[in-house]
Amino acid sequence: MELTEHLFRHEWGRMVGAVTRIFGVHNLALAEDVVQEAFCRATEVWPYRGVPENPSAWLMATAKNCALDVLRRERTARTFAPELGRLLESEWTLAPVIEEAFGLNAIKDDLLRMMFSCCHPHLAQEAQVALMLHILCGFSVDEIASALVSSRAAIEKRITRGKKTLSKSKKLFDVTAPAELSSRLPAVDTALYLLFNEGYHGSNAEFAVRIELCQEAMRLTAILLEHPLCATPRTNALAALMCLNAARLPARIDASGNLSSLFDQDRSRWNQQLIGEGMSFLELSAKGSEVSEYHLEAAIASVHATARAMEDTDWAKVVSLYDSLMMMRPSSIVALNRAIAIAQRDGPGRGIEEIQAITDADRLTSYPFYWAALGEFELRCKRCEPAQDHFRSALMLARNEAERHFFTQRLHASQIAIRS
Amino acid sequence: MSEFTYLFRGRKTTGSPEEMQKHFEEWVAWFKELGAAGRLKDPGHPLQSTGKVVSGSQKVVKDGPYAEAKDVVGGYIIVEADDIGQAVELSKGCPILEVGGSVEVRPVQVR
Repeated sequence: MELTEHLFRHEWGRMVGAVTRIFGVHNLALAEDVVQEAFCRATEVWPYRGVPENPSAWLMATAKNCALDVLRRERTARTFAPELGRLLESEWTLAPVIEEAFGLNAIKDDLLRMMFSCCHPHLAQEAQVALMLHILCGFSVDEIASALVSSRAAIEKRITRGKKTLSKSKKLFDVTAPAELSSRLPAVDTALYLLFNEGYHGSNAEFAVRIELCQEAMRLTAILLEHPLCATPRTNALAALMCLNAARLPARIDASGNLSSLFDQDRSRWNQQLIGEGMSFLELSAKGSEVSEYHLEAAIASVHATARAMEDTDWAKVVSLYDSLMMMRPSSIVALNRAIAIAQRDGPGRGIEEIQAITDADRLTSYPFYWAALGEFELRCKRCEPAQDHFRSALMLARNEAERHFFTQRLHASQIAIRS
Repeated sequence: MSEFTYLFRGRKTTGSPEEMQKHFEEWVAWFKELGAAGRLKDPGHPLQSTGKVVSGSQKVVKDGPYAEAKDVVGGYIIVEADDIGQAVELSKGCPILEVGGSVEVRPVQVR
């Protein structure tokens, strides 16, 4: 039997969650060691014996046995989860308590509990995202640094601090308390949204790494939605926007490995299954009266996802959704996207006006696609020289090889346009 | 054709889940490769890292093996090769070598 891709990574969070529940959150590091040992044993035994029929159950059972060893060895030296207290002290109660603690019903919410714990209000959002990747998805510090285009030292610091905050919080988040759950849910949504965006819009050179981030965000969101109290219209909208945007990922790199913009993508390569799932989530998100920023973003993505060809896009609808998004969560990036939609609706000249009207464009001017959009509209207005200047600016700001290649191509296109 | 025992020492204890899974897959690939070449005489066994050591005429029993992790035998297999040179060559594909471990290649004594 072959292992499914990323199986270890996917089991990691649940196992760490289960062991931490018993050890107590102050022993998180010890819990991670126990889970690591379970993985070590799997790598040592499975090559000889083959992968067991239920690898996840094997791993969890091995972690349970390792945890039991640790409890026996350290129960006088350490304190473990306070709520289990004295039950762990006597051999009479230890084994049955652990057996029950690793039962299917008990481990059901472990990942969710960890997810909410990682979104502790004392932690900055970027620390929450890093912690999620580390504790829930089993990314090493190096893997996180490479995925988030950050230095190893910075990520290390973020995670160490995050873990310290978790330890001090005394106990894991209680997912059975409805009021607390509902009040922390928006923070969890935000962290998952940031994780997804990091993959979707991030500047990591390696596309495969970014797709992995999107997939992890979607996997965790799906787990979140399994809990009835978390399946709110807002979280469903979040899932919808992830699916509908991720559906376009396969077409973002064209057949020759080059970046391809929404306008030029081969739409037959869009993932129809994800589009279908996204539309179902969008439908679920419409229950109730709330319209969140996720609703708007999902609605925008749905307009694109359901347009057979670029020309079929309902740009008027896209513009009005961006108008609403600007009111709810104004940002220069949203303004830029709105301007692009306006250019599609009313022509490139209007697009340029809208871009020039963006206030607080300071940050935007270091974003290569700001210049690329201007270049594109100038080119469509047949003003090739300003177009070239803009594409040159974009090229200078390109963050990876794919972007560099893309802007070089656009620069060439505008040079050819001059000659013809 | 002669038989050789490979004793694997050391273990990979650090690495992200993704790296651990990759390490496992390398072991599987190497075992498969040996099998496909008709070299795997006996697929052997993995060994647990703890056990007992019984020694001396007094039959003293101790928890063992108590060696450093890198010296503990984690498993063994038996391969067939023309000679020790070829057996050594074949052992060089073992993933344990990439994580600080070693392979001890020992000819099986036939007569």
